[in-house]
Amino acid sequence: MRAVITVIGRDTVGIIAKTSAILSKNNVNILDITQSVLGDIFAMVMFADITDSTVPFGDLQTELENLGREIGVQIMAVHEDIFNAMHTV
Amino acid sequence: MISTRDILETIQMIREEHLDIRTITMGISLRDCAAEDLDRLCTRIYDKITRQAEHLVRTGEEIERDYGIPIINKRISVTPIAIVADACGAADYTPIARTLDRAAKETGVNFIGGFSALVHKGFTHGDRALIDSIPQALAETERVCSSVNVATTKAGINMDAIAMMGGVIKKAAYLTRDRQSIGPAKLVVFANVPEDNPFMAGAFHGVGEPDVAINVGVSGPGVVRSAIERAGDCSLTELAEIIKRTAFKITRVGQLVASEASRRLDVPFGIVDLSLAPTPEVGDSVAHILESMGLECCGGPGTTACLAMLNDAVKKGGVMASSHVGGLSGAFIPVSEDAGMIDAVRAGILHLEKLEAMTAVCSVGLDMIAVPGDTSEETLCGIIADEISIGVANNKTTACRLIPAYGCQVGDEVEFGGLLGSAPVMAVTPSSPARFISRGGRIPAPIHSLRN
Repeated sequence: MRAVITVIGRDTVGIIAKTSAILSKNNVNILDITQSVLGDIFAMVMFADITDSTVPFGDLQTELENLGREIGVQIMAVHEDIFNAMHTV
Repeated sequence: MISTRDILETIQMIREEHLDIRTITMGISLRDCAAEDLDRLCTRIYDKITRQAEHLVRTGEEIERDYGIPIINKRISVTPIAIVADACGAADYTPIARTLDRAAKETGVNFIGGFSALVHKGFTHGDRALIDSIPQALAETERVCSSVNVATTKAGINMDAIAMMGGVIKKAAYLTRDRQSIGPAKLVVFANVPEDNPFMAGAFHGVGEPDVAINVGVSGPGVVRSAIERAGDCSLTELAEIIKRTAFKITRVGQLVASEASRRLDVPFGIVDLSLAPTPEVGDSVAHILESMGLECCGGPGTTACLAMLNDAVKKGGVMASSHVGGLSGAFIPVSEDAGMIDAVRAGILHLEKLEAMTAVCSVGLDMIAVPGDTSEETLCGIIADEISIGVANNKTTACRLIPAYGCQVGDEVEFGGLLGSAPVMAVTPSSPARFISRGGRIPAPIHSLRN
């Protein structure tokens, strides 16, 4: 199963590093990363394979959301299918 | 791979524009619960509902988490109780309503619909017993919703049933007078009622439905409004396209959630209901969509045209996004549940008569409208008959959810709280239809050729 992780917020040092650290700790493979910085607003979209994750998806979501709160950005991890459903015919 | 722009658009819709799934409703047939003894009937009903819906709320919450999309309500609809209880011979069906309420609390759903009767052509013993029990049932229960279908385009209008409903609504309001007359807020009088509607208060599980089914109602007035506002001063042709595209995206999420709920619960997928359902929250209003289309205030000249176009575009966009569309599917205009409608009433722009005209071009009807507590039974019946006629003549669903708020006058506000919102008490034209209503009988089915 593939998940999409989005990080939106004010750009600070180490956002990608901290997010990736959580994923690697839980054996989640990052497939693709795109990021853009508009002014001081940072937006990153990460595709990850969570098939071999060592924790349930719900726990991974909670851990990422907690990190988001800690560093003052909005982190959301959701199943890829919602985007496929909405944006492809 | 999906583009970053599309992903961020979805996130914005959810985070800032109130995109959500309004309800996952599990329809449960209670036809196999019929029994001659009332206690036995209630036990069977309770057991079947709690067994079938045991995992409904938890599954809904899991889907919500996995896909990051809020699912506001998890609900249950059941076979019209008048049919299920007909064999038991009891005169008072309130104990059955209490059973439904207990089953709703046990399964964790916030509403259960189906304390209902279908009487468009006439009454059985069970239909009469159910209608007589409605006021007490709504007063004694918290989560039970009731509906009565009084007309269809094929059968005509049962005016005897409408004549009864005026009294039922008044009594339901009186019995809940200590709670802002909330009783009739859970009661809908229908014409051409759909049998797979997932939205309350009018949901029930029709007789043509399977044993159990999952029906999903989407929402998203905020998303449509934002899309219109971003479009700026474009033509109505372009606006219709924008609404269609947005409705497509919203409905696709509904379809995804419906198929996923159906798979995880191992229950057949029924339908996705395409309705734009507002909530009292700011930014989640159908009236505000109409205003973003170019009206100064909802209820003024141009309102019916805007609503007709919106309703049509939502259906066109949504139909392609789902394998099975059903329920009410259209824009809802419940006054108390829509911040923009409430403001339009307070501003003196939106009146009952304009709302009636609006219901000719959208779903569902005169919905969540508070009227003065001293409005007579006959006047309520007259308003209902007018609204039902619009549905019957136009071959569409219409309905009335009127609240004669006990002790309240025009200009007062009634506060129901939560999703039911608050309603300014609206003026009713003072002219009595009493003689017309007292005639009784049935208005014959309309002819559907020579259409004018």
